[in-house]
Amino acid sequence: MSPLKGFFNSSVARKFWMAITGLFLITFLLVHLGVNLVMFAGKDAFNQATHFMATNPLIQVMQYVLAAGFLVHIIMGIKLTMQNKAARSVGYAYENAAANSSWSSRNMIISGGLVLVFLILHMRNFFYEMKFTENIGTYTLDGVVLHNDFLLVSSLFTTWYYVVIYVLAFIALGIHLNHGFQSAFQSAGWKNSNWKGLMQTVGTVFSAIIAIGFSAIAIYFFLNPAQ
Amino acid sequence: MSSNKDMDLLLKIWRQADANSKGELVDYNVTGISPDSSFLEMLDVLNEQLVEKGQEPVVFDHDCREGICGMCSLFINGEAHGPGDQITTCQLHMRSFNDGDTIYIEPFRATAMPVIKDLVVDRSSMDKIQQAGGYVSVNTSGNTQDANALPIPKADADAAFDAATCIGCGACIATCKNASAMLFLSAKVSQFALLPQGKVEAADRVKNMVRVMDEEGFGNCTNTGACEVECPKGISLDNIARMNREYLSASLAD
Repeated sequence: MSPLKGFFNSSVARKFWMAITGLFLITFLLVHLGVNLVMFAGKDAFNQATHFMATNPLIQVMQYVLAAGFLVHIIMGIKLTMQNKAARSVGYAYENAAANSSWSSRNMIISGGLVLVFLILHMRNFFYEMKFTENIGTYTLDGVVLHNDFLLVSSLFTTWYYVVIYVLAFIALGIHLNHGFQSAFQSAGWKNSNWKGLMQTVGTVFSAIIAIGFSAIAIYFFLNPAQ
Repeated sequence: MSSNKDMDLLLKIWRQADANSKGELVDYNVTGISPDSSFLEMLDVLNEQLVEKGQEPVVFDHDCREGICGMCSLFINGEAHGPGDQITTCQLHMRSFNDGDTIYIEPFRATAMPVIKDLVVDRSSMDKIQQAGGYVSVNTSGNTQDANALPIPKADADAAFDAATCIGCGACIATCKNASAMLFLSAKVSQFALLPQGKVEAADRVKNMVRVMDEEGFGNCTNTGACEVECPKGISLDNIARMNREYLSASLAD
């Protein structure tokens, strides 16, 4: 066997890379939520935070690592799912899956797929607008030219159906993470019965923080439109 | 649960003439089933009734009928080995059902375990995984050394023994939504890797067994935990985590 082949191309290895990219995306979510929460500190504070994210050299490099992480996680997830479907070419007439496993653990491709649809919409609405257009105005604060990203975000949250889509997407993400968090540790081999309970609890709390945190921001600015 | 009264049941059983035929679920009414009979005895009664009527009996796997050989299979009412925890099909009794129930009886399903006839599947792909490394090359003839000369921590001995209770029935594969063989394989890896005699070949063992598992077309583990719940011997998911650790460190050393 060629060197390291098994570390990249085997069932166990694909699960490992799924886990590593998943954990990386989890840390990204925390950073993202942190920046979003700055919205509660007002327009200038948020625009300074997005200015930092758009100019800091480390963040610029990490953008590409992040994009790679997303791609590996998504492509690998689809490939694994296709292999898993092929592994049972004839299905059961009657299956009582609820007797032995949770819905969220069995339907990662559905919760993940919903998140992917939202991700595409999200990239169009925010990432594209912030990075590639001049649609948002700028203003100068303490000698620094800031994009008014606060206006872009808060004005999108005034549309009721956008807020509904946004909240539903984060519920899907919460369900995805509730299984994914502890599952990543299992796939990487960093888990046993002693840690199992704690990891599931931390995963559930983390999923709730992500789902509620992002949703709360959208709902707050829907109910209290910024000027 | 039911009373002591004999039961009448509607069975929906998968019938398939051979590996190449297209199978289907066929309805059978069985009558006068004692709640104290085992599930396999109930099938014996059905088969006697079928033979009396001049019909072909239902083919199913069984051997020891005391829960240790791993031969009986069957996916009963949507679960491997039917309802009930930590039992094989031969340990399932009809008192778990009620008079008038409809019971689905299907073969274990996996592309790597094709149906041979009716409810019998070919599990030789599991044998191939076992043959790829599920052994130790220790010379046991001649001057065998004293067992106590090799100190083994009690916890390791217990975990190895727990893994070794796997009877290779394939319920984990049948119940996994991905038809993954990782609980089976991880039990075989763990029972050796935890002991000094098995450590010597641990890296090659796990790499070879995983390679054959992938070649045979089993699915990937998505950590639903269904296998652990349905396993008649209660093999723990800890073994899969240990196998992942063993495999990843072994393949990094290539």
